[in-house]
Amino acid sequence: MSSEADVRVREQIEAVYRSDSRRVLATLIRLLGGFDSAEEAMHDAFTTALDSWPSDGVPENPRAWLISTGRFKAIDRLRRGARFNAALAAAAEQLAASAPHASDFGDDSLEDDRLRLIFTCCHPALSADARIALTLREVCGLETEEIARAFLIPAPTLAQRIVRAKGKIRDAQIPYQVPSRAELPDRLDAVLHVLYLVFNEGYSASSGERVIRHDLSGEAIRLGRLLIELLPEPEAIGLLALMLLHDARRSARTSPAGELILLDEQDRSVWNREQIQEGLALVERALASRRFGPYTLQAAIAAVHAEAPTAAATDWRQIVGLYEVLLRVEPSPVVELNRAAAIAMRDGPEIGLALIDAILARGQLTDYHLAHSARADLCRRLGRTPEAIAAYERALKLTTQAPERRFIERRLAELGADFDGPPN
Amino acid sequence: MKYLCLIYDDESKRSTTPKEQLDTMMTEYGAFTEAIKKSGQYIGGDALQPTQTATTVRIRQGKISTTDGPFAETKEQLGGFYLINATDLNEAIQVASRIPSARTGSIEVRPIRVFDAH
Repeated sequence: MSSEADVRVREQIEAVYRSDSRRVLATLIRLLGGFDSAEEAMHDAFTTALDSWPSDGVPENPRAWLISTGRFKAIDRLRRGARFNAALAAAAEQLAASAPHASDFGDDSLEDDRLRLIFTCCHPALSADARIALTLREVCGLETEEIARAFLIPAPTLAQRIVRAKGKIRDAQIPYQVPSRAELPDRLDAVLHVLYLVFNEGYSASSGERVIRHDLSGEAIRLGRLLIELLPEPEAIGLLALMLLHDARRSARTSPAGELILLDEQDRSVWNREQIQEGLALVERALASRRFGPYTLQAAIAAVHAEAPTAAATDWRQIVGLYEVLLRVEPSPVVELNRAAAIAMRDGPEIGLALIDAILARGQLTDYHLAHSARADLCRRLGRTPEAIAAYERALKLTTQAPERRFIERRLAELGADFDGPPN
Repeated sequence: MKYLCLIYDDESKRSTTPKEQLDTMMTEYGAFTEAIKKSGQYIGGDALQPTQTATTVRIRQGKISTTDGPFAETKEQLGGFYLINATDLNEAIQVASRIPSARTGSIEVRPIRVFDAH
């Protein structure tokens, strides 16, 4: 066996790991009944592959080989442990007796396992933070350190979050199942919410130096694609469209120096047309189902922006109409704020300003920086400079993200405000 | 698998709730209990007297101390419980969601811990 051939097999194993390790894991969790034993078994299976594939050749169906090897390795582990703990002996024999059926390795069955994994990691009985961490770790296969870095939290904190979530799955017996039809709407919402949060953290990081953390948006889009491949529900399609349409503007959203560029000032020629086309087609598909919800409506709004050749040519009438439907489906002050901003574009800043003031007067969004910067922008356009400065200063106090802060500071400087500059 | 469903509700509302509404609730509880007995999910369950009847007991420095009232003052109080059998958390959640008080208060679902034999 030449070492060159060895290298080739090793590369093949790495490729199988990248393309199939999540599928193998998803099935092993079902066969072995737990996350930890499945991870160990998968690790053992790939280690065995590194030993035996160079001499025995790559099996015809590597995925099935890995699953079956992993299962045998798990039985071995239990049998070895049985010398010290009698309960493991019974577990080993039970596992050995429940030999998987050939259909366990069929494509349908494996796809079901991937859905089971998604729904289990996004179970509403887990906290939102735990769902995100677990999904990125188990479904996307990101390393704990990568996830921690992306969310700017210490790796041990994130690792503990994952351990706790797995503990709850085990101890409260969260089943490894795709939800029934009756449960599906609720459970799908929980999955979509995780995708949405991951995408948003990537697209508009809540704090820190950079606006966009592409790795997270990319992961969320990949997950969205996987989800609609497995379960083409209208809102899942709508959410994927929403993510694609927003992400298509990624390179226009920041200057080379990392400064934030708002939608109306973006260079539309650098928008990703291919991604926009894909997003538009998905929006159509979701809308045609007539069972769409808030994600599809938000995607439809993003689609109107994407279709406008220039900011001035934006169809604000249609955008206001879509916000009105969205407000009926999902009433929230943030949607109301967005509608007010759209109305300002359609009917003039004065009318938009009155609507924003009405929201703030109700005591809502008073700590939301975008409410104050939207207000500031309308005052600025109306030439009400002192009011604009006061509102930008308020927004600045509430903003933690560095590029957004610099954006507001630039606006303040343009207005001739004598502010203290960035606090250091 | 066994789960304990702890029923929390605002007991101060009980005195202001119209009698017909309380009667309806009682009938609903009766029907619910009957249903989970029939399905084999019921292990046990009872309603509790209000928290004003509660006594909290502790031993500190070897001495027994008793205080009036529940251990923790909360907006919703523990008012009853069901101990149920369910195959997994999803089934337990389904059962809990049918407890009449789920509509007015909240149900905390806790898996029963099983200790190893040795």
